[in-house]
Amino acid sequence: MKTNFSGYRRRELAWLYLFVAPPVIGFLLFGLAPMIFSIYISFQNWDMLSAPSGAGFDNYAELLKDEKLYKSLFNTVYLMIGIPIGMLLSLLLAILMNRKLKGISVMRTIYYLPVISPIIAVSLLWQWILNQDYGLLNNFLWEWFGMKGPNWLGDPDWVKPSLILIGLWGGIGGNMVLYLAGLQSIASSYYEAAEIDGAGAWHKFTKITVPLLTPIHFFVLVMGVIGAFQSFSQIYVLAVDGGPEYSGGTIVYYIFQHAFEYFNMGYASAAAWLLGILIFIVTLIQFKLSGRWVYQD
Amino acid sequence: MKHKKIADVWSFLLLLAGTLFMIAPFLWTLSTSLKDKRNVFEIPPKWIPEPSTFRNYTDVWEQSPLLNGFANSFIIVVTVLTIGLFVSAMSSYAFSKFEFPLKSVLFMGLLGTMMIPYSVVMIPQYIGFSWLNWVDTLLPLIVPGLFGNIVVVFFLRQYLSGALPNDLIEAAKIDGASFPRIFWSICLPVLKPALAAQAALGFMGIWNDFLGPLIYLHTPEKQTIQVLIASMQALYIGQSDYPMIMAAAVIAMIPVILVFFFCQRYFIESLAISGIKG
Repeated sequence: MKTNFSGYRRRELAWLYLFVAPPVIGFLLFGLAPMIFSIYISFQNWDMLSAPSGAGFDNYAELLKDEKLYKSLFNTVYLMIGIPIGMLLSLLLAILMNRKLKGISVMRTIYYLPVISPIIAVSLLWQWILNQDYGLLNNFLWEWFGMKGPNWLGDPDWVKPSLILIGLWGGIGGNMVLYLAGLQSIASSYYEAAEIDGAGAWHKFTKITVPLLTPIHFFVLVMGVIGAFQSFSQIYVLAVDGGPEYSGGTIVYYIFQHAFEYFNMGYASAAAWLLGILIFIVTLIQFKLSGRWVYQD
Repeated sequence: MKHKKIADVWSFLLLLAGTLFMIAPFLWTLSTSLKDKRNVFEIPPKWIPEPSTFRNYTDVWEQSPLLNGFANSFIIVVTVLTIGLFVSAMSSYAFSKFEFPLKSVLFMGLLGTMMIPYSVVMIPQYIGFSWLNWVDTLLPLIVPGLFGNIVVVFFLRQYLSGALPNDLIEAAKIDGASFPRIFWSICLPVLKPALAAQAALGFMGIWNDFLGPLIYLHTPEKQTIQVLIASMQALYIGQSDYPMIMAAAVIAMIPVILVFFFCQRYFIESLAISGIKG
């Protein structure tokens, strides 16, 4: 009996390792190996045509001297202004939607539509809407408010606000759905108790709704920051070559240009590592700080 | 009660205004795509195109291999989703229901890979795939996806630990069912709703992916729909041919919007299952 059992267990173990093998092999082949290789490349001069030649710390030194790198970092961080604005808007939307009103499900679908739309198509349509002379937005501003709209994507001062606007339009629907799920999980007894104590709407919002949703705030914030660090596609379409005076170039766009337009693989790898370490540190800080403000049951 | 009614009306009006802001860009795109090139620059802009024409659609379709683009995107999505999801389901089953040596080390290691940004592995992967002569083929976009996705594994594992009772597995073992047999006929049926939700999300993610396809695919006939659409910009914006570009944008959006409308339930479910509480 015992030998039978261990025979079964041995076969089970073999199956188990077979079942978990693919992601592990995938990680070794497409995660770990490239990462190690990437460290090596970042210390080489390599255009992929001739053999790589050792560069020591040259790539890193050059990188830290490049004004465009700092610009792209600044742009990437600037675009994160959209995250808190988006959180506030989607929370407000979710609160408005958390009522039994007619047509609410149709509206929810419409708010969600930009989230699922291909970002390239969406960027193309905004490029047309933001056209200085014939775009829908500037025409609207002129006709309704008599305002002369800016050259949204052509003026270095307006490129980033434009990108934030598009990001808000494309993102609030997704966060709204998350907040809506969060709102529906708050027990109504909290609000009833607060009402008995005579709390007004503002008090209920700041003392019950906002604190009880902190896990969602945290999730949205962390994902938003990681997403912002990786933003590329909309930049590729809306800020060609980084936009006027590189006012729209993000860090991933910077890496892309150096790797796949100038074929400077070593230099681009050094920049990629800089970004990787940056994301790691920022995410770590967010998790460390989360203990102070994220409410857990 | 009256107070509540007024609040309801205000909520409705605010939401309606927001809805208009959300949908206007789509309607404007559709309207522009049906306009004649000469009528695009009318001021004030007209919402109803007059005269309206389908010319832009037929022209875009003729001048660019969009059918190939759809086919390429479709091939990537279908292979990665069917094989990738199946493989992810296999390892989520092993990770959630069994104990084995090195289990937690392997699982934590895999979770760590979620921290690696694509931009760090993008360059070495490109070099590796160009050694294999895979540049300008769909393989670099398909093969890594066939090994499963750790985010999906994590999600399915959470789902299984709640949805599949251990007793059921034990009972099947006693009945003499083999390990793969139990996975196939007990685990997979339980996983079905979670797999559908992940398929819906995965479809959107892969279909809308841009950076990877942009790096690897150079010949127009081999490009995915997103890369093709992006290249229209360089082609037509110089000539200010906005109706053509908008027609292309509409064509690129239609499949996603269709999938979304038919699978809305799964999107909502996927959010409900993942539940942020994780």
